[in-house]
Order: sequence, then structure tokens, then C-alpha cells
Amino acid sequence: MEERIGYVHSLESFGSVDGPGVRYVIFLTGCAMRCQFCHNPDTWDRNSGTPYTAGALLEKACRYRSYWGSKGGITVSGGEPLLQIDFLLELFQKAKKMGIHTTLDTSGNPFTREEPFFSKWQELMQYTDLLLLDIKHIDEEGHKILTGKTNQNILDMARLLSDMEKPVWIRHVLVPERNDTDEYLHRLADFIHSLKNVERVEVLPYHTLGVFKWEQLGIPYPLEGIEPPTPERVKNAEEILDSAKKTEL
Amino acid sequence: MREFEQWEGFSGRKWKEGVDVRDFIQNNYKPYEGDESFLEGPTEATDKLWGKLQELQKEERKKGGVLDMETEVVSSITAYGPAYISDELKDMEQVVGLQTDKPLKRAFMPYGGIKMAEQSCTMYGYQPSEKLHEIFTKYHKTHNEAVFDVYTPEMKKMRHNKILTGLPDTYGRGRIVGDYRRVALYGIDYLIEQKQKDFAGTARRGMRSKDFRIREELADQIRALKDMKVMAESYGYDISQPAKNAKEAFQWLYFAYLAVIKTQNGAAMSVGRVSTFLDIYIERDLEKGILTEKEAQELVDHMTMKFRMVKFARIESYNQLFSGDPVWATLDVAGLGMDGRSQVTKTDYRFLHTLENMGPSPEPNLTVLYSSHLPENFKKYAAYISITTSSIQYENDDVMRPVWGDDYSVCCCVSATETGKEIQFFGARANLAKCLLYAINGGVDEKTKEQVGPAYRPITSEYLDYDEVMEKYDTMMTWLAQTYVETLNMIHYMHDKYYYEASQMALIDTDVRRTFATGIAGFSHVVDSLSAIKYAKVKVIRDENGLAVDYETTGDFPRYGNDDERADEIAVWLLRTFMDKLRACHTYRDSEPTTSILTITSNVVYGKATGSLPDGRKAGEPLSPGANPSYGAENNGLLASLNSVAKLPYEEALDGISNTQTINPGALGHDDAERVQNMVQVLDGYFDQGAHHLNVNVFGKEKLIDAMEHPEKEEYANFTIRVSGYAVKFIDLTKEQQMDVISRTCHERM
Repeated sequence: MEERIGYVHSLESFGSVDGPGVRYVIFLTGCAMRCQFCHNPDTWDRNSGTPYTAGALLEKACRYRSYWGSKGGITVSGGEPLLQIDFLLELFQKAKKMGIHTTLDTSGNPFTREEPFFSKWQELMQYTDLLLLDIKHIDEEGHKILTGKTNQNILDMARLLSDMEKPVWIRHVLVPERNDTDEYLHRLADFIHSLKNVERVEVLPYHTLGVFKWEQLGIPYPLEGIEPPTPERVKNAEEILDSAKKTEL
Repeated sequence: MREFEQWEGFSGRKWKEGVDVRDFIQNNYKPYEGDESFLEGPTEATDKLWGKLQELQKEERKKGGVLDMETEVVSSITAYGPAYISDELKDMEQVVGLQTDKPLKRAFMPYGGIKMAEQSCTMYGYQPSEKLHEIFTKYHKTHNEAVFDVYTPEMKKMRHNKILTGLPDTYGRGRIVGDYRRVALYGIDYLIEQKQKDFAGTARRGMRSKDFRIREELADQIRALKDMKVMAESYGYDISQPAKNAKEAFQWLYFAYLAVIKTQNGAAMSVGRVSTFLDIYIERDLEKGILTEKEAQELVDHMTMKFRMVKFARIESYNQLFSGDPVWATLDVAGLGMDGRSQVTKTDYRFLHTLENMGPSPEPNLTVLYSSHLPENFKKYAAYISITTSSIQYENDDVMRPVWGDDYSVCCCVSATETGKEIQFFGARANLAKCLLYAINGGVDEKTKEQVGPAYRPITSEYLDYDEVMEKYDTMMTWLAQTYVETLNMIHYMHDKYYYEASQMALIDTDVRRTFATGIAGFSHVVDSLSAIKYAKVKVIRDENGLAVDYETTGDFPRYGNDDERADEIAVWLLRTFMDKLRACHTYRDSEPTTSILTITSNVVYGKATGSLPDGRKAGEPLSPGANPSYGAENNGLLASLNSVAKLPYEEALDGISNTQTINPGALGHDDAERVQNMVQVLDGYFDQGAHHLNVNVFGKEKLIDAMEHPEKEEYANFTIRVSGYAVKFIDLTKEQQMDVISRTCHERM
């Protein structure tokens, strides 16, 4: 069978906050969401990126095996990696054969229970050790404003993962004037609390370091004038969401 | 076999039959595998003395970098009577002895060069003595004058045009580490006896200049040993006999080191590997119940305080090369033994712990001899200290041990020498980036337009052709290597003659191994330039005289620092090729040639003197330091960069391959426990590939910028960072160097 091609935005040899231990992070291109706070809009375009086969990427990744120890491995991020699910499947399947720990950093947006996606996704989960799942907004309307898309399929995926007891780290980008109210945070906490597979909840304060990329791409920046959250608000969010975290699975 | 009552409780035999500190250590040390929970905080005495010293350091900074200076007395082992950090607190000092008659006062050391000694005085507003001026210009020659007597015109030109830079012809060469432990273990009298035996052994029929020289050197060494006794006596100690307990062992060892820093102002004046040795004395006293952990830590803290106080009078040009007043009082901890046992003892922890008890500090230059096989607890503690203080460096014990044994000391920034058995002749560095430009321009300097190198045919084509450049570069490197070695041969001949290191050599075996340490500057820029010529298109911009002064590079090309084999193989080729050319030269006193890829902070000064390069670096911009990839070249993160450097074979650069990396704390892990674990992973992964050295800084750019703008803030008084080859207080760097540090890649992610 001909090897599938994945399209890569960039590679980071030293990821230490994208899953357990030291990780090789592969950023794939393409994303359907249009998050207002996105700091990597240069990864949106599905038709960009450097082509790689899974084998070639893993060969590159394995150059860093000596740094991984017992915990580290590879993380595939993006963009939205599930948009390249066929490639991802092959990549993770091969990685698991080589004994590499695999982490998928996803927004869940492409998730659907429809075929042919769903079977592929189910198979992918067999080769995925950990998911980093971004929940951008717990409120459907708020989610649409913030990302342009519904959150229903994302929450569905979260529940399904919980049923499967697949380890997940929930990530939540805290954006003032969008999702940073105590009400939303408590609703999100309640949702996370209903899941039984969450190992860690991370609050990522919205920052403006990616604004220059919007300018470079000539796209008007939708959060113009919104400042990063104060340390107090970040702490507040952490306290509210932290209580929802499960103990180690 | 000798027996001393001071040796009671020590086992082993060989070390009693002759001087053999390593054998003593191997027979008596106790490896420690536990964690840091046994460590004690500072005593009241430590707090008071360190407080006083910090006041003095502040005053020193206020006075422009020098607190006080000697102008009337020529420094020697016995030039001064006893002196203390503070007279009121002197009973609190567990380890005594200062370089001059006052703390932080800089001695007058004319033997390296009277001009420089005087310049350093006038630079800080002190009037050098007329009498001494007369003596050292009329009646006694100095090293600097002697070297310039014999230099060829070509050598002077190379020096002036900075294709050779930082040569130890205006300052002491340093980098010779005495085995200071010998004084503690054997006492001075025994050491004198041994040297006298060596002296008698040189008498033979038909003696020649070689024999006269060694006899004269031994006579000087014995004199130095005798002087050490006199110096110690002035403090009320008799060091003729071995040390009988830990306190004496610390004191004896420090006196030996003190004698050396009173007589030599070498660029690097290393302490060496002392922790495992001293631990044996501490353990004996702890077992006997005559010492507590608190007191043991106090000894370590007080001796370390002394190492933090070492000062030399330097001149402007020296400060530009080596910014921030470093002395490389390098002190090594950890490492494994040849038998596979870890040499980590509790005292290895205690030395790192000084950075907690007395805060971060650039000196002593604390160096962890690293192996992934060190005890996990110790690796984590070292990583933790790195993360909290950015004050320590790591060197790969697994690549050094096979070459230098398990009792080597780092004699400057990164170079190893076998303790007590070996010395090195320090040789600064040759600018290989400039050499590439000479190859293109037929030996004409791109900055001064002088004909410096041989007038080979220059390259005249509009676009550079890889094969043509390589051929010309190879020839030009041959010329550079040869004249470089010839220059160093002269320097070291004269240094031996006019500024011989009698105190250090008295503590080193008479039959000594010598290495000849050359160095490379501009490494990454040559690699990237050659890669640009090979894989992209490089157009030459010439001035009205046809001299290539700039380059226009179009197209992509692989760069060193991305784990890209195409660029990295050029890097390996460059190192091997230059090293082979050095090996083809005769070196002074049959020393073994080595090289380093290490620039220290001089990358800024070297860069100023170097024209534009095909890799896109513009004229005057700093060169990348040491073996670091060029600024902005790294596109795949920290580990890709480390992998590129790790490919450089240590056996081709036995003098060291320096790499400095700064990691944003947020990019190292979510919390301290994760950061520690990830740092250990990085170190294990890097060194297991055979890499040699790593400086690790953990802070963000914002902190550097704030420190540059607000140096007066209390939190920055001791803010220490690792730069290529040493550690330095950030606020003591020149503005230019601060900017350089800030602009360098800081590994962080958005």
C-alpha cells in the first residue's frame, strides 16, 4: 500500500508541557475552527505544509528518543490533527509498534459519529495513549462566537472518551470578555466533573504573542483591545476548574 | 611506607608509598545515594560574614568595579601578613587567608607584563609606583616584553587584525591546576622531600639545557613550598604536617590555592576536584563525633566564600574579552570512578548547597561532572539548583573519564586535565570565520585591507563556487594553523622563562604531561557559510578595489543547529580538518595539541573585528559563542540544537566544546517537579549521545531586559547567568554583551 502523506506546519524537538515528560511535537496543518484568540493562524490552511510520510516523521522523532526516558514520546498538534485522520492513524499505529508514547492534542472539532470518520477515530483511539482536549467554551452560543463552530460534537467526544476511560487532559484558554465568567467556569467544572477520565485540567491564559501572525496574514484581529487575564482571574479559574480534576487514573 | 598519626582510620597502601591522592580517595570515600534532606542552612557566622562580603561587593560595584588596589608591593606568597574579611568577625572565619592585606583588594602582579599591571592601576585611578616601574623596565624583563621581542612581523599583524585573539601574551596563561589536596593529605614537608628526591634524580653525566631547566624549576618549586609554610604560619597554622581533621584539611587545601592566586593572575585559576577528597575528612570527623553537619556545611560555605572573593587587576582589553571579572575558580563535583562507583558524596551536595545558603554566584565556577549513571537523587538536586540559580554547568564525565581518568579537574571553563599529573598550555583561539574571508580575499583582511595572510590568488567570480572555496579555505587554514602554533610556542617558552608557575607546579608531578590547547572562534558561521555556498547561491559584493566585503545569499540552505545532517557533517569536517592541521605542527615542550570550540564572552569582540559572512551574518555583529549554533538558525527547538552539537566528536576537541542554552521556565514544565525531571531528561539524552558540555540557564527574556534596565533592583544584585565558558553576574556585563545575551535564542514556545 502506498504510504499516506501528512502535511506538517512545524516540528518542535523539545515539548515539555504537551503531554507527560519530554516530547517531540508535530504540528499538522489545517483547522476548521476560527478561534478568535488563535495564536497560530498560520496553521489554518489545509493546503499548506511540508509533506512527510509517517515513517520519515518517526525517523526524525526517534533522533530524540534518548531524551524521552520512560514518560516522553510524541505529541501531534496543529492545526487540528483530526483533519488528517488517515495519516494520523498510520503514524500512531507505527509509533505504538515502536513502543512510543502517543499524545493527541485536539480541539475535537472534526469529531462525528458518522462514517467513515467514526470507525477511523475508534481505531485511532487504540493507538492513542493520551488526549489533550481543548474545550474552548462550555456554552454553545459562546462557543459559536469564540470559534465559529458548535461545541456539541466536542462535548460528545469528551463523554465518549470518558466512557472508554481514555486518559485526557482538559485545556481551557481563558479569554476575558468571552469565557472568563464564574458562571461559565462553574458550568465547565460541572461538565468536567461528570467525566471519569480527566487526569489534569490546565488553564491557559490568553496571550497576544501571536497577533503579529494575524497581521502578517492580513486578517483583522477579532480580539483587538482585549488584554490577557489578570493573575487573579487565572487563579480563580484554576481554583474553580481544579476541583473538577480526578485523581490519577 | 610512611605513616602519620593524622592518617589514623584511613585505609589503602599505595598512596602512602608516594604522592597519590587518587588512590587515597578511591580507598576511603563513601558514595552517597540519598537525597538532599540532610543539608543544613547557613550558620550565624556564615550569614554575618557573607553579609559583610556583600556590602563590600556593593561598594566595589559603586566604585566602578574595583574596591582597592595595590601599587607599592609586588605580590608574592609571603608579601602580606594575615588579613581577614573583617577584623571584628575574624574569629568566625572557619577558613582564613586573603590575597592581599584587605578583602577584595587587588594585588600588583607585574611578571606577566609591567605595562598591563600599570595600566590596570591607572584605569581605576591608582598611581603605579615609580620604583617598581624602574625595576621592571630597567632591571627585570617581563613575559609580555619577552614575547614581543621575538614575535615575527607576521605574528604581530595576525594579532593586530584579530585573526588570532585573546593570546596569553599580555596576561598570565593560567589553566594550571595544582593538586591542592596534596598539602592537606601529606603536609608540606613530605612534598618538599619528594621534590628534593626528584631534584637529585636529575643529576646525571653530561647534563644539558633540558636538565638545567628542570633543576631550576624544581628549585623554584621547593622555594614556593617553603613560602607556603611561612604564609600559613603568619595565620597561626603549621602546614608542614598533614591535616589532622576536616577543618585543617579545608584550611591546608585553601592555603595551597591561596599561594597560587597570590603569585599568578592567569585568566583561569581553577580549584579543581576537591569535594570527594574533603568528604573523607568530614566523614571521619562526623563518625568520631567531633563535627556536626552544621559545622561541616559551614566549612564548605566559608571556603566557598573565599573562592567568591578571588580578584585580579585586569586591563580594559581583557575585560572586553572576558566580561564581568571572571577568574574561573572552577570547582568540580560528582563524576564516576573507573570502577563504576559514583564519586558523589555528601560534600558534593554541600558545595551545590552553597548556592542556596549564600545565594547564586558566578564563582566558584561550579561544574557537575555528569553521567546518566550518577545517582538519580543527585541528578535531580543538580537540576533543581540549575533551575533556581542558573549558576552551574555540566560536563560529560562519560567522555572525559576514558581520556583523563577519574581524577581530572576542569582547569578553566571546560577543559579537563588529570589532577596533579598534567598541565596545559592555554592558547586562546583562531578566528576561523575570518580565515574563510581571507581564503576568499587572498589573505587580505576585509576590515583593515592589510595583507595579513599569504597573498594567494583571491576568488574573483561573481558567485562563490563550493569546490573552489573549499580548496582555498583548506590552504588558508594550513597557514593559520601553522603560524598560530608557532606564535603559541613563543608565548609559552617565554611564560615558562619569565612567569613560571612554581606554586602550582610544586603540587604537580615532576614528570608532567602537557597538552597544547588551541581554540576555534566563529565555528557556526563557517559551517553555515559553507552550507550556504554549497546549497544556496552566494553572490559576492566587492568594493572599488575588488575586495569582497559583503555577500548576497539567495535560496534556502541547511543550518547547523537543526540536527540536519547536511549542515552538521560540514561542522564535523571543519573540526577534524583544523585539528589535523594543528597535529601536523611541532608544539612547545613536546606537548600534545588539542583544540576547543569555546569563545567565552569574547564572541562579541571577535565579531566586531570580523566582516560580513555568506551565512547572512553582517560585519561587526557578534559571532555565536562557543559551539553554539548561530542566532536564529535553530528552527526545530532545543533538542535539535543539542543533537547538532552532540555530533561534534570530543576526541577531536579535547579542550572542550562549549554550548550555552537558555530555557524559559514555562517551557521546561508545568511545575518545579516536572521541570526538574525534564531537565534531567535533557541532560541524560544529550550526554548519552557523547556531547561534552552544557551551560543551562533557566529564565525568561523579560527578566534579562528588566535586569538590564534596572540593575539597581535588589533582586538583581546576585542575578547570575551562564555565558559561554563561565558564569557571571548579569549586571556586571557590558551593555553590548547584555544585548548579545538577550538577543540569543531563548528556548520558549508560544
